[in-house]
Amino acid sequence: MSSKASILAAIQKNKPVASPLPDLLSFPDEPNLVEKYEKGLSGNGGQLMQVTAIKNVQDYIEANFPREQLKASLVEGVEGNIDVNNISDPHDLEHVELAVLQGELGVAENGAIWMPEKNVVHRVLPFIAQHLIIILKKDTLLTNMHQAYEKVKVNDHGYGVFIAGPSKTADIEQSLVIGAHGPRSLTVFLMD
Amino acid sequence: MKTQSHAQAAAEFIKDDARTHWHDETLWHVRQKRDLSAQGIPEWETLRDTASATKDYVLSHLGELLEQFETNALANGIEVLWAKDAQEHNEHVYRILQENKVSNIVKSKSILTEECGLNHYLEDKGYDVVDTDLGERIIQFAKQAPSHIVLPAIHLKKQDIGEIFHEHIGTEKGASDPKYLTEAARQHLRKKFVEANAAITGVNFGIAETGGFVVCTNEGNADMGTHLADIHIACMGIEKLIPRATDLGVFLRLLARSATGQSITNYSSHFHKPAPGKKLYIILVDNGRTEQLGREDFKNSLKCIRCGACMNTCPIYRRSGGYSYNSTVPGPIGSILSPGKDLKKYSTLPFASTLCGSCSDVCPVKINIHEQLYKWRQVITENTDVDASKKLAMKVAGYTFGKPVLYDLAGKMARTALKITPDSLVYSSLNVWGKHRDLPDVPKESFKEWYQKNRKS
Repeated sequence: MSSKASILAAIQKNKPVASPLPDLLSFPDEPNLVEKYEKGLSGNGGQLMQVTAIKNVQDYIEANFPREQLKASLVEGVEGNIDVNNISDPHDLEHVELAVLQGELGVAENGAIWMPEKNVVHRVLPFIAQHLIIILKKDTLLTNMHQAYEKVKVNDHGYGVFIAGPSKTADIEQSLVIGAHGPRSLTVFLMD
Repeated sequence: MKTQSHAQAAAEFIKDDARTHWHDETLWHVRQKRDLSAQGIPEWETLRDTASATKDYVLSHLGELLEQFETNALANGIEVLWAKDAQEHNEHVYRILQENKVSNIVKSKSILTEECGLNHYLEDKGYDVVDTDLGERIIQFAKQAPSHIVLPAIHLKKQDIGEIFHEHIGTEKGASDPKYLTEAARQHLRKKFVEANAAITGVNFGIAETGGFVVCTNEGNADMGTHLADIHIACMGIEKLIPRATDLGVFLRLLARSATGQSITNYSSHFHKPAPGKKLYIILVDNGRTEQLGREDFKNSLKCIRCGACMNTCPIYRRSGGYSYNSTVPGPIGSILSPGKDLKKYSTLPFASTLCGSCSDVCPVKINIHEQLYKWRQVITENTDVDASKKLAMKVAGYTFGKPVLYDLAGKMARTALKITPDSLVYSSLNVWGKHRDLPDVPKESFKEWYQKNRKS
C-alpha cells in the first residue's frame, strides 16, 4: 500500500464524528481607517507618509537616497535606474538599495498590505532590497483581515504576500532589531 | 539507558538562580504583550471559538481535505509527496536534493523538520544545512536544539550569543549588542541565500480549497531563501490544513497576537505555483498524527497552530526551560503531544504542570491542554511502572478521599504534623519538595469544622 493510501486509511479509521464548518465572520467597519492603519503599520515598524501626488514620492526619494544607488521602481511616476522587467535572474537584484512598489490593498488592524506577484514581478524584490517603499491608495484601506481575504483571491497568482513592516527580529534577548535579512525600512505612501 | 525525568532536567536548569529568574521574567513579558494585543480585539473570543470549530471540521474531514489539497496543488504545478513517518519524510527530501543536484541548502524555521531530525539526517549524507532564522542559526552554531518553538534561542543571553558569533562568524570578542550581532548575521546569511540552490521551509497553513500554503516570518528569511533558490521543499504536518482561503482571516489574526503580541507577522507569504523555471515540492507528513487522531481524549492536540502561547504562560516552562522537556515541542502542548509518540520516554511530562489551566486559557484554538495533561497522568499511571512512589501516593490519596472519616482524621493529623515538623526535616537535602518552597501557615481548624461552627449564624 502506498503511503498516501495508508495515511488516508488510518484517517478513515480514526477520524472523529463530523463537525460542521463555521460560517465566515464579519465585524463592524472601522470608522477611522487612516488613523487605525497608521497605528497598525507603526506597531510593526513601518512608517506612513500621506501625500497628494506621486511627485511627492519622487522628491522624498531624491532627498533621501543618493543618485548613484540602485533603485527599482514598478510605479509610474517614480524613477528607477534598474529595469526589473528586463532581468531574468533574481540574483541580479542583489545590490538593489530601494524598491518602489504598488500595494494592492491595506488592512487597518495591522498595517498589512497585499502584494500579489504581478506587483513585484520578481518574488524576491520586496525582500532583497535594502529599503522598501509601497504606494497605497487610500480607498483600498479595509478594516480587518476578514475583509481582506474576501477581496483577495490568493491563487490568482502563483505567489502573493501580506507585508506589514520591515524585516525584523527579536531573537537576541527579545531586543527588537529592524533589518534582519530583508528591508531595513518600510515607508508606505498613502495617496488619495 | 534511563532517560532523565523532567524534574531531574529542570533541577539542572534552576541551578543558576539569576538566569532562572531572567528566563521566567522574559517569557512572562511575552505573555503580557499577548494579553495586551488580545484585549485590543473585542471579538477575540469569537475568533478563538471559530478557529477551534474550524479545526474540528478539519480533523473530522481530514481525508477529503487532504485529497482536495493534493488535487489542487498538482493542478498548480506543485509536486506532492506523502510520508508515513520521519524516515520517509527525510528520504523524500534527500531524493529531491539528489535528483536536482543540490549542493547548498538554506532552511527557514520548521518544527516538523526538527521533529523528523532532518538536519542530522542530511548532515550524515554530507549536506550542510544552513538554518536562516536568526534564533535557529544561533543554536545551530551552538549545536543545540530549539528550546522554544517560536523563540528558539530564548534560553541564551546576548553575551552567550556574542561568544558563539565570535567563534563562528568572527564578530569582535566580547561584543554583545543585539544590533551589531544581528547585522553580522545578516551579512553572513546573505551570502548563504545568494549561494543556495534549494530552500526548505515549514508550512503554517495549507489551504485545501486552493492547493497552496502560507508561511509566516518576521525576518523574511523564508522568502529570501525560496525566491533565490531553484528548488523549494515545503514540509507540512497533515493537520496544518484549513478548508478555505477565507479561514486565514481568523487564523492570521490569532497566530502572531498569541505568539508575541504582534498584530501579524511582517511577512505572510502565500505560495501557489512555482516561479517560472523553478520547482516546488510539498511533503505531507503523518508521523504519528493519524494515531493521535484516533485517541478521543487527545485528538484536540492536533488543532495546535504552534504559537507558543502555552509555553510563555506556563509557570513550569518559564522556570524549567525548554530543554527540561527533552522533546521537540516543549511546554504544555509538547507534554500532551509527546506521550502519544513514546509513553515511556515522555512519561514525566504530563506531571510537569500545576494544572492551573493557564495554557488552555491562552490557547488560540482552545485546546483543553490542562485536561489532557490530567488524562495523560491517568494513562501513564495505569500503563507504566515509572515512579512507583507517585503511584502509591495516588492510591493512598484515592482511598483516603473515598472515606470521609479517614479524610477528616488525616486532615487533623496533618495540621498537627505541619506545626511540629522541624525545619531541618522540610529543608533537608533528602526532601526535594522543600527546595524553593515554604510550608504554609497551619489553620487551627479545617474548613468543615469552621463551617459546622458558623453556618447557623
